[in-house]
Formats: sequence, structure tokens, C-alpha cells
Amino acid sequence: MKNEKILKVKGLETSFFTHLGEVKAVRNVSFDIYKGEVVGLVGESGSGKSITCMSIMKLLQHPGKIKNGEVIFKGEDLVTKSSKEMRKIQGDEISMIFQDPMTALNPVYTIGNQMVEVIRAHKKISKKEAEQTALKMLEAVGIPDPAKRMKNYPNEFSGGMRQRAIIAMALSCEPELLIADEPTTALDVTIQAQILDLLKDLRTKLDTSIIFITHDLGVIAELCDRVIVMYGGMVMEEASVIDLFSEPKNPYTIGLLKSVPNPDILIKQKLIPIPGSPPDMLNPPKGCAFCKRCEYAMEICLEEVPELYEVTKRHKSRCHLYHPDAPEVVRKQVM
Amino acid sequence: MSRYIAKRLVSMVITLLIISSLTFSIMHSIPGSPFTKDRALLPEIEAALMEKYGLDDPLWEQYLNYLGDFIQGDLGVSMQKIGVSVNDMINQGLPVSAKVGSIAVIVILALGIPIGMISALKQNSIIDHIVMFIATIGIAVPSFVVGTFIMYIFGEKLRLIPAGGLDGPSSYIGPVIALAGFSLAYVTRLMRSTMLEVLRQDYIRTAKANGLSQLRVIGKHALKNALIPVITYVGPMVASILTGSFVIEKIFALPGIGKYFTESVTNRDYTVIMSITLFYAAIYIFMVLLVDIAYAFIDPRIKLDD
Repeated sequence: MKNEKILKVKGLETSFFTHLGEVKAVRNVSFDIYKGEVVGLVGESGSGKSITCMSIMKLLQHPGKIKNGEVIFKGEDLVTKSSKEMRKIQGDEISMIFQDPMTALNPVYTIGNQMVEVIRAHKKISKKEAEQTALKMLEAVGIPDPAKRMKNYPNEFSGGMRQRAIIAMALSCEPELLIADEPTTALDVTIQAQILDLLKDLRTKLDTSIIFITHDLGVIAELCDRVIVMYGGMVMEEASVIDLFSEPKNPYTIGLLKSVPNPDILIKQKLIPIPGSPPDMLNPPKGCAFCKRCEYAMEICLEEVPELYEVTKRHKSRCHLYHPDAPEVVRKQVM
Repeated sequence: MSRYIAKRLVSMVITLLIISSLTFSIMHSIPGSPFTKDRALLPEIEAALMEKYGLDDPLWEQYLNYLGDFIQGDLGVSMQKIGVSVNDMINQGLPVSAKVGSIAVIVILALGIPIGMISALKQNSIIDHIVMFIATIGIAVPSFVVGTFIMYIFGEKLRLIPAGGLDGPSSYIGPVIALAGFSLAYVTRLMRSTMLEVLRQDYIRTAKANGLSQLRVIGKHALKNALIPVITYVGPMVASILTGSFVIEKIFALPGIGKYFTESVTNRDYTVIMSITLFYAAIYIFMVLLVDIAYAFIDPRIKLDD
């Protein structure tokens, strides 16, 4: 099941051309997504995770622009597609849901109206049939009494219910890929857990691949198969969820893991924050994006951007310590 | 809904009562009377006039008498124009003002909303800059300047429109432009800014992410939300445009209702001041009520029944 590649991002570079200069939000990002898997995209604010996904969907706002790279979906490069061609894919084959369910639905139209509109934009079916599909989807995401709720306006839904409705809308055309941009961040913890359960459930039912953007490592552990860690617009580490948590191979990931509480360790363990702040993307550092905050930084880190080295077959890390010539002693100390 | 409207109509009556008593007391506190002229009248003539129009009664009695007549639909007789009733003035003047005014309102809505939208969609383009430049002029230049200018160019120099009055379609051009100018510019700017605001909303991003066409994103999702502030402005605007403008009626020699109102104040024509003020107020309050009802139809978050 995991062998069919549905999305291949290759050398993606996205910049915002502002008055102050070029803000390089995404720098040479490459990764693959396979059918039916859930890939977590982690990183702090401004690491480029959302912009990567907005680039895949081609939803960048002015002055954002894809400068370079390819986004291959089902054998076709989305980067070269016109916005008219993209509309056939958006919401149909690739869907996206966003962070704040309170504002993501249009307040002046009913839930049913908005769902039927999306379904009919992609499928040539009657309004009645579209309503039936919408009804089924709302039922699938656990909205009680969906026939009645379809006639409600978004303001008559709670936050969790709205996110369910948004998920139902995004999945109503049975997309092959769902991009979820921090869908649980704006919800309180119990609702968060419900939405995660729902996504897990839907993923097995519909066999949809999911890119899950978050800065919450707990959510990653809960839901994802694979994790891509981003920092300063670059992929820092890519690994299976188990490998990432048990054997992180990048100083940034190690720092991230140290800064979240671990309930498994009952003794009081101090949380260690990563000192410093993210790089200025207007003038990104010449070398490794993380070098200024990295306690293991070497001279070369300031000069050269490290490659994304293959540590094992399914584990990649962008760190000079994985250069074949790097001293193994130091590497062992760090990792 | 009907309960809400009934409630609002009751409060409308109360508001009108307050306005009438305020107008009445302010009007009578101004020195002079309808019969104050350059040359003083003989005391006995003045006394006779005062008696004829009931001005020698105590003020409260005059007020109650006026209200009594008003409720029966008798708006009183002018104290200046002999034998002309206020009902006649409204019957003759309002159709003229309302005719010019409704054309102006149509022009404002039909041009202001789409131009504002285009300007927002093409933000910072040449089109946007030109539109905003003209709109700023439209807001800054007073209507009498616009009116005089149009009259001079099209009436005097080019002789495309008649010098005054209302005969033939071409005679509407001048007053409609002068009357619509400010509000057209205002609606265009308002539509542009609310449209820009709405286009930044998350639900627009959702609509785009779901692959909806540009026409649906703008024409359905953005437009309905962007119209809410515009409607707020348009309601009272319609009231003031339909009831005419003294300045514009003067420039284009229109027999509208606007001039009566201004004349009545300078002449201390008590009955005309009262009746036309109340008439304007009633139209205004009614338009505000219509706006509130329109809200409920556009925005489901607004509920009228409480």
C-alpha cells in the first residue's frame, strides 16, 4: 500500500518579493508522499511548513511566488498548471483544511449550501444527489442529525463541530491527498483529541494520504507515520515517527524534543528551550539555517548549507555531522 | 419578524414625537415671527395675522393643535405663501425630487458597487489608482461646484442640456450627476475597502482551496459579505437623496421639495418647518428600519425577533 507515490515535491523554492527584498520562505524542499500515509510537517512558526503546502495547492497570495522546483501529482507538474487547471484539482483531488474553524466557513451561507457548492463544482450531479453526498459526509464526521444541521449557519455550530464540517467538506470529493494546516491548534484539548481520532478513522476508511502541519509533537506521535522537520524554510530531518522520537538525527530535532514535556518520565525533568530565535528569512544565514542556535555548530556550519544526508534508508538529516568525513566521535556524542 | 417591525414602528412614532417637540421649541426660541418684515406691520394687522394662524395661543396649545392636525393628515397652511398648504408643497415638489433622486440612487448603486469591486480586485493597479483619484475628487468637491461646473460646460458652452427645468431626458443629466457625485464616490470607496477586507478572510481562502471558480468566490462568497457595510450607508443616503437638495434644485431650476424646506427656515414659516422636518425624519427613520430588516436577510447572525 505504501509503495505508490502520489506526490513528489522536488527542489521547491518559494519566495515573497516584498519592498524590503526577497523573503526566502521555502528553500529547496523535496519530499515524497505515498498513498494512504500520514506525514507530519513540524517546525516552529515561520519555518516554511504552511508556505510549502500553500505552494503545493498554488494558493500563494501576492507577493508570494514559486521560484523553482516541481510538484508532481499523478505524473503532472502542478507548478506549471494554470489557476483554471488547478481549480479542478483543488478540493477534488487535493483538499486543504485550515487552522481556525471559526472563520474558515462563510458566515452568510448554510453549511449545506457551502458543501453542495463544493461537490457540484467538481462532480456533474444534481443538487439532490449532492445533498445526499453532503449528508453522508456529515454523518461520517460524526455530526448528529446531519439533515437538520445542513440547514444551519456556521454560527450555530461550535468550534469542534465546524472543524468536523470543514473536514466533511474537504473530503466530500474523496481527495487522494488532504493537507491539514494545524487543524487542531485553535481547538481545546478534548476537542483536539476528537478531531485527531476522526482523522485517524477517516484515513483508514477512505485511504486518503494526509499531510499534517503542526508544531505539536504530541499530535505527530499520535497520528503520523512519517515526519518531516522543517526549519528556516528547509527540511532538516525526515524519518518514520518511531525513528524520529527514539533516535533523532539532527540537533534541531533533538532540541525540539527536549523542549516538550515527556509524561513517560515521572521524575521532574526540566524542559530545555532552544536558545535564540529563528533566522531572518530576508537574509538567511549563508550556512546551515540552524547554526546560530546549534550548540554543536562547527566552522563549516557557518559557511556551507549541509546536504540532506541519508543516515539510513528511511532516515535523512541535514547536518554536517553526517558528512562522510565528519568525525564519528563527535557525532556519537551529539546523537 | 412582524413583532419586531411593529415594535420598531411604535418607536418610530415616539422618535417623531420627540423630534416634533424639539423642532417646535427650537423654532419658537428663535427671535422673529413669520410676519417680521423689513418694514414693521401695523400692530393691529400683526395681531390679526397672529390670531388667524393661532400664534396668540399659548405655545403648548399651539403644539397640541399642530399635532392634532398632523395626525389627521393636515400638514397645515403656509404662513408665507398665501393659500398654499404644506400638503400641496409635498404633492408638487416630492415627485420631482424623488424622480431625480431615484435615478441618482440607481446610478450610485449600479456604478459604485461594481467599480468599487473592480478597484479592489485590481488593487494598486492603474485602474485602481484612477478610480480612487476620481472618487477622492468626488468626495472633496461640494455638489454646488459640481452642479455649477456641469451647468457651465454642458448647458452654457456645449448647449447639450437645457439651462433648467425638467423637460426631456437630457435635462436629468445635470441634476443626477450633481446629486449622485458625492455618494457615488463614497459608495465606490466603501465597496473597495470592504471588498479588500473580505478578500483577506479565511472563508475566501477556503472557497479557493475548494477549487471554486473566481466568479463564485467573488460574486457569491465575497460580495454578500462586502455588501453589509454598504447597505448601512445606502439606507440613510436614499432618504436624503430622495428628499432633494436645495442647492441642486436651485442651480438646475427644479421645482422640487428641497427649496421649500430651506425657504421655510429663513422665512420662519412655522407650519412648513414643522411638517417638512417631520416628513424628512419619517422617511429617514423608515429607511433605517429597512436597512435593519435587510441585515437580517443578508446576515444570519443578526436575528430580529428579540
